[in-house]
Amino acid sequence: MGAGYNLEKRKYVIGGVAVVIVLIYIVRLFTLQVMSDDYKRNADSNALLKRVLYPARGVITDRHGHLLVYNQPSYDIMVVMSEQQGVDTLDLCECLGITRDYYERRMAEIKDRRRNPGYSSYTQQLFMNQLSAEEFSVFQEKMFRFPGFYVQRRSIRQYQSPCAALLLGDIGEVSPADVEEDDYYQNGDFIGKQGVERAYEKQLRGEKGTQILLRDARGRIKGRYMDGQLDTRPVPGRNLTLGLDVELQLLGERLMEGKMGSIVAIEPATGEVLCMVSSPAYDPRIMVGRQRGKNHQRLALDPLIPLLNRAIMGQYPPGSTFKTTQALTFLQEGIITPETAYPCHHGFLFRGLKVGCHGHASPAKLVPAIGTSCNAYFCWGLYYMFSDRRKYADVQEAMTRWKDYMVSMGFGYKLGIDLPGEKRGLIPNAPFYDKAYRGSWNGLTVISISIGQGEVTATPLQIANLAATIANRGYFITPHVVKQIQGEALDSLYTHRRYTMAEPRHYETVVQGMRRAVLAGTCRRADIPGIEVCGKTGTAQNRGHDHSVFMGFAPMDKPKIAIAVYVENGGWGAEFGVPLGALMMEQYLNGKLSPESEKKAEMYQKRHIAYGAAER
Amino acid sequence: MERLNGENSRGVWRSLDGWTILIYMALLAFGWISICGASYDFDLEGNIFSFEARSGMQIVWIASSLVLGFVLLMLNDKAYETFAYLIYALLLVLLFITPFLARDIKGSHSWIKIGPFSIQAAEFAKCATALALARFMSVYGYNIHRWKDFLLTLAIIFVPIVLIILQKETGSALVYLAFFLVLYREGMPGSVLFAGVSAVVYFVVGVRFGQVMLGHIPTSIGEFLVLLLVILFTVGMLRVYCGRVAAVRNILLYGVGTVLLALCFSGFVIPFDIRWVLLGVCVCVVLYLCYLALREHILRYLYVALFSLGSVVFFYSADYVLNVVMEPHQRVRINVLLGLKDDPSGAGYNVNQAKIAIGSGGLRGKGFLNGTQTKLKYVPEQDTDFIFCTVGEEEGFWGAAGVLVLFLALILRLIHLAERQPYAFGRIYGYCVMSIFLFHVFINVGMVLGLTPVIGIPLPFFSYGGSSLWGFTILLFVFLRIDAGRNLVRRE
Repeated sequence: MGAGYNLEKRKYVIGGVAVVIVLIYIVRLFTLQVMSDDYKRNADSNALLKRVLYPARGVITDRHGHLLVYNQPSYDIMVVMSEQQGVDTLDLCECLGITRDYYERRMAEIKDRRRNPGYSSYTQQLFMNQLSAEEFSVFQEKMFRFPGFYVQRRSIRQYQSPCAALLLGDIGEVSPADVEEDDYYQNGDFIGKQGVERAYEKQLRGEKGTQILLRDARGRIKGRYMDGQLDTRPVPGRNLTLGLDVELQLLGERLMEGKMGSIVAIEPATGEVLCMVSSPAYDPRIMVGRQRGKNHQRLALDPLIPLLNRAIMGQYPPGSTFKTTQALTFLQEGIITPETAYPCHHGFLFRGLKVGCHGHASPAKLVPAIGTSCNAYFCWGLYYMFSDRRKYADVQEAMTRWKDYMVSMGFGYKLGIDLPGEKRGLIPNAPFYDKAYRGSWNGLTVISISIGQGEVTATPLQIANLAATIANRGYFITPHVVKQIQGEALDSLYTHRRYTMAEPRHYETVVQGMRRAVLAGTCRRADIPGIEVCGKTGTAQNRGHDHSVFMGFAPMDKPKIAIAVYVENGGWGAEFGVPLGALMMEQYLNGKLSPESEKKAEMYQKRHIAYGAAER
Repeated sequence: MERLNGENSRGVWRSLDGWTILIYMALLAFGWISICGASYDFDLEGNIFSFEARSGMQIVWIASSLVLGFVLLMLNDKAYETFAYLIYALLLVLLFITPFLARDIKGSHSWIKIGPFSIQAAEFAKCATALALARFMSVYGYNIHRWKDFLLTLAIIFVPIVLIILQKETGSALVYLAFFLVLYREGMPGSVLFAGVSAVVYFVVGVRFGQVMLGHIPTSIGEFLVLLLVILFTVGMLRVYCGRVAAVRNILLYGVGTVLLALCFSGFVIPFDIRWVLLGVCVCVVLYLCYLALREHILRYLYVALFSLGSVVFFYSADYVLNVVMEPHQRVRINVLLGLKDDPSGAGYNVNQAKIAIGSGGLRGKGFLNGTQTKLKYVPEQDTDFIFCTVGEEEGFWGAAGVLVLFLALILRLIHLAERQPYAFGRIYGYCVMSIFLFHVFINVGMVLGLTPVIGIPLPFFSYGGSSLWGFTILLFVFLRIDAGRNLVRRE
């Protein structure tokens, strides 16, 4: 039995083996389950699918509540590869209006895991996006014949009126840079690309919701994770009301047909932009859906640069409209009084320098000088200001003072309109000329800035803002296109008055001058029966034909509209600027055009300017 | 007679081992909970009691197992010993005809269809083999050291193995190797078991590091390590079985010394393939042992020499076996297991997903029916072979470790019960039962944890399926009945 006793001890060996195995396994379990988080993360990315619920983008209306931009259903065609065997490809291509080649290329792209990393043959893959309702209805009738093809409803932007494309802007797929900058976005999302759509992207887009779904090993959705406790609902975007008057905008684009340039109108009391025409214009509806890429490409390559919003990006010499700023500066600085008169014999002639002028009574006081747009008057004014050594130690100091006035009136810097891409124009300062003339310059050297020529440039928006400032007798509210955001206050920038350095009484004098221009001066064609219009022409010289410029507001007391018209190479201010400005003001103030005005409008609509190589 | 019977059955209840029953019940309950998670059907909206769901069907299997267990306890314990050979023979016949009756299910021919149910004879053959083994080895005069007896014992084990391999169920066949643990308990020399374990170690190390070079020495690490192990194992055996300290010292000093010298020379002076040095040392050791055997007339030296020679031969033929004898899918499984291929979507997919499922459970688990990985079918075979994933994911570390401890308790309890049997038949059968449970838990859990090869065998009481549950229940309850009768039946 000795051997038996020995053998019984082997139970400890066998039991020991069992204990060791279980211990090893428990240690292994501990390292897998407690020591490392990798497996948990792996498991979540395995099984949990975050589905984004897209909110409805905010709707945009004009100042009278007319719909401008809204959402329209569009249809994406989805395909589940494992179910689509045996589909009649030819029939399908015909229904969708695509070629066999396109079909095969798309199928190959979907299956290519490098380009489509989330590919699974059991889940829906995007085959074609943004079909219109008409395109879709053709397909829908025959859909039962195409197993494995599904439809997903989405929404795209649609525009009610064929106008204000640049102001409204459009949306497009996010770029990689957008995704990197803001982790709200994922590839394939849409983002505002231009105009209001871009400037108010955050308000318009709303907030995405998420749904966390359970996904099985084949990628099929099996239900909601934790019964949807962690899901969030999408918050719809905010609606915007613009200051825009859609009728005015439509008229403006009509009048600018065949011409390059811009019309900007502002409500002086609020700074709201009533219209913003940039010509050549295009129909915003071509920038929707699948053809956006193609059309955008075409516009980008157009030599007339329709994608440039000339109202805020075009920098032109302001021409004679700028004289009003000079009058205000000289009055405020005490260089002149309303009674001061300067001689003009077909121009400013001094020490061999000549700035030409047209024939009018001489010498002229300030009001008639503005009315007749006398060049000589403002050249003298600037000369006396820059030579005044009792007030200013040197010409640099005078120049700096002058510049401060211009800046206070909204020139030289971006006004801060709520649109992307605004340009600042140019108001030269003393160091600018010191550098250009190596320190040796005086009032005469820079005399042309007094008549809005030379180095000075401004955007049409800045000119319109100048009109609004004069209409307000000394202040402006930063121009803005959005009048109201649903459930949110406007930025205080767009509600605060910005006062200029000139006093209201001096503005009154300038208003008189601008009224004189309409009654008996350069702007006689701006007269609208029954409305006291104030105006100022401009004929901005440049290398080609002069630009035709008009700046005005109406009525004189309690002004409702301030306007700037810029017609590139349009010649005299009176030729295009004045009549177009008058028609616009009539439309806005009366709500419609009189029959005679309507005829005039049609005439101007048909008057195209031939832009050749020499004109630019 | 009637009185005796009544006393007998009352005695059964009184001396039935309550602990084992308790552990059995606990494992069944845990198993059913896991099946609920693993076979969760979203179309049934989580109605786990529906008979359309596997969790519902498993209730039927569990209930029928309990009835079966009850019936087995009611039978006379002498019957098992008496009919052991008959049962074994019947099962062998059944195993033999199975491939002809069975339809092909995933390449396997092991399922016989009876009405709406499929039955896997291999599951029941374990019990039959265990009974036959116990009967044969408990016969008076049996001596495991006698060649005739030992070979017949091997035959009892290997006949079902061969028949099951013919059904293409290699995994189930490997389970019978667990009986070697019983043979060890019954007196088979430990060296045989040691040789077997050594073979596995050579194979794993050799294949795992077969392609890795030893620095700039043109010898693979695998080959170097295996040959070094052969020498060290030889030294170990010499020390344990022969007790010759001088011989041990000689081999260590000259043999290992030579290897180290060669290693240094090859590493720092002229790189050359030191496998030849190692092989030379092995040959010298074998010759030295033969010399000792002849000089001192002790056969044991010869056995040790045979072990060393066999080790070397085995190692070099293993490569051949791996590349020529094994089927491609088995080869891939071995490569994946040994970490030679890391391909999450390929052959390693099961194991990788199993690890993700278990790992995501954390300390406390995700809760009953809250496991995402298993519920969403990321782990293949998750309600059968990979059921342990569900335990790990839903019950976490505490649950999974708890289940392992329960299994360990069952195994240790079975050892205890087996050892208290007054007769060899009961003891041997008890060890058979214990060995089979140990092997299943070792391989199945090890496979899910990525520690053992992916061999498709069920986890007792957890994996879905009637055959395996019935098979394990029969295995266990027959032993419980034998154990319950340990003091009563022979009293007459």
